[in-house]
Amino acid sequence: MTKYKVSFPHLGNYYVPLERLFTRGLDVEYVVPPAITKKTLELGSLHSPDYICAPFKFNMGNYIETIEKGADTLVQTGGVCRLRYYGELQSQIIKDLGHDVRFITLSRGALSKPVTLYQSFKEINPAMSVKQIGSTLPVVMTMIESMDKVEDFVRKNSGFQKAPGVLETVQEDFMQRLRRTDSKKDVKKLYKKTTDHLLEIPLDKPKNPIRVGVIGEYYTIMEPFSNHDIEKELAKKGIVVDRWVNLTNTLFRKDWKRKKRVRRYTKYFMGATSMFTVDQGLRFAKQKYDGIIHVKSFGCTPEMDAMPVLQNISRDYKIPILYFTFDSQTSDTGIQTRLEAFYDMIMMRKGGLL
Amino acid sequence: MVIGIPRGFLYYKHETLWKGFFDALGITYLISPKTNQEILDRGNEFAIDEACLSSKVYLGHVHWLIEKCDKVFVPRISSYGMDGEVCTKFPALFDLVTNTFADQEIELIHYNMDFRNADAEAPGFVKLGKLLGKSRTKSLRAYLIAKQGEKTQQILEGNKVREAMEQNGLKILVTGHAYNLHDPYLGTPVFEMLKKLDTIPISAARVHDKEIHRASHQISQNIPWVFNRELVGTIAHYQRKIDGIILITAFPCGPDSLINELVLRRIKNPPVLQLILDGQEGTAGMETRLESFIDIIRFKKEGYYDKI
Repeated sequence: MTKYKVSFPHLGNYYVPLERLFTRGLDVEYVVPPAITKKTLELGSLHSPDYICAPFKFNMGNYIETIEKGADTLVQTGGVCRLRYYGELQSQIIKDLGHDVRFITLSRGALSKPVTLYQSFKEINPAMSVKQIGSTLPVVMTMIESMDKVEDFVRKNSGFQKAPGVLETVQEDFMQRLRRTDSKKDVKKLYKKTTDHLLEIPLDKPKNPIRVGVIGEYYTIMEPFSNHDIEKELAKKGIVVDRWVNLTNTLFRKDWKRKKRVRRYTKYFMGATSMFTVDQGLRFAKQKYDGIIHVKSFGCTPEMDAMPVLQNISRDYKIPILYFTFDSQTSDTGIQTRLEAFYDMIMMRKGGLL
Repeated sequence: MVIGIPRGFLYYKHETLWKGFFDALGITYLISPKTNQEILDRGNEFAIDEACLSSKVYLGHVHWLIEKCDKVFVPRISSYGMDGEVCTKFPALFDLVTNTFADQEIELIHYNMDFRNADAEAPGFVKLGKLLGKSRTKSLRAYLIAKQGEKTQQILEGNKVREAMEQNGLKILVTGHAYNLHDPYLGTPVFEMLKKLDTIPISAARVHDKEIHRASHQISQNIPWVFNRELVGTIAHYQRKIDGIILITAFPCGPDSLINELVLRRIKNPPVLQLILDGQEGTAGMETRLESFIDIIRFKKEGYYDKI
């Protein structure tokens, strides 16, 4: 029996654990979407409603390109905002384009009702076994956790390497090896080896470096192409880039004290990722970071609602915040100019010029 | 004490309920004037640039009220029932207003409705009554009276829609959120133009049947947002009785951006027109689009296209 060729849109480097989940856990073939390029975005924008948020367009582009690459089953997740309804419309658009593929929307299953979740996974591969998924999930989780830790280390130190690009090479190597690991033990061993390697790389880090926190909307913050590689641009200038949002922190860890921490600014839950944004913004402010960068896609309502709160945090703690909104534009120039101005400003503040 | 009620967002849905509650408790309230350019300008000043037009209008209304009353009434509504979620704007509205007007002396009063956290409507109103210094029984009674009023109003509105559906003439179903459709500055001009074009505009926001929730499944199985589910259900329910559908949406409404595209793709008959309101002055562009849309429907009905 030929296996289904399943695909899921790109999100940063997370295609590696996803590949494992699909190939081992669900026993299907996984088609890694071609890397996101300008063409992907153009294709996606062409077939999307015009005032939808950018992640929809990116996903759409990914889908069309993976279909060309041979995928016959597309998967879309559920979420807490508009993302929840992406699948329904995307399947319709792909059908209208005349592609004969299966489209599976996991948002039909609810976490509160495990049976529905099981049913929607079962749709991907009717012959799947719970045992297999059960044995693969811990490996996938360990993979995600270790790659998040490595990425975090690289982000914070990339700007201070003596020879530029070494950390990134180690990280890429790690990702390649991660794809070939077999068990949880393997992953842990590889992680240990990589961290040892990373710590050996000579760094030229000042005692009191400039620190910038990145906060914002889930997709835009995690997919480097959609935020014009803003983290790397920052790191190049010799800045510690701190980002809390990743799959480990948002999916696997539960923080019961968050509500209490942000109570001064928000009385109620404001929906979707806005609470992460406010909480982390407040943390960066309290820890006296030099600046915060807020990224989101155009029209993201939860993040937009968090912005007045951030403005208040910025005023109360005297911390500069730069707001970026990304849509399907592809020119880097405007973004670089704004980043440079922001960098100059925090440099001057740090030097006591302002 | 005077309570200010902003004439925006869910005011258009719960007008009777809110007014009835305050009336029954004998509390004076002030409702901000009908939306005009000045209010929109105030909203533009305070809102995030890319926020949806309706929220800009709302903030404008809140700002108008600040100096004229003691407390501004901004309820937080997170869900209507277990599967009745709303756009994230509504759960965030209370904190959004607090933070937007942090510099100004503004005092808010609210009730919280969040079924996921077991905060239902009636206890919410009782708490609201407590904040106003009224006893439990009094506020509960006021709530029940107001709720009865709301139900009566919904039945009357439903009857009107049913009557309109039986009339002879070109019937156009206008769908959109109540706060866009019935806002004198945003949606009402569309209704007036449609009447001028000798058609019968029917507002989907005035349909409250329970059947429409089920009917929405004919078009899409799992619409998360309750307002959109009702609108899509209305389309599915009345599809055969009407001659045209106009989707009105405020730029850039989150839920509408997905649902309207789906409706445009799945409904082929009767014809559908999508109108996006962006708060610009002047209605000439909209008039032209409406005229040509109505002309197309008329030509189609008279079999004009078959003759050529």
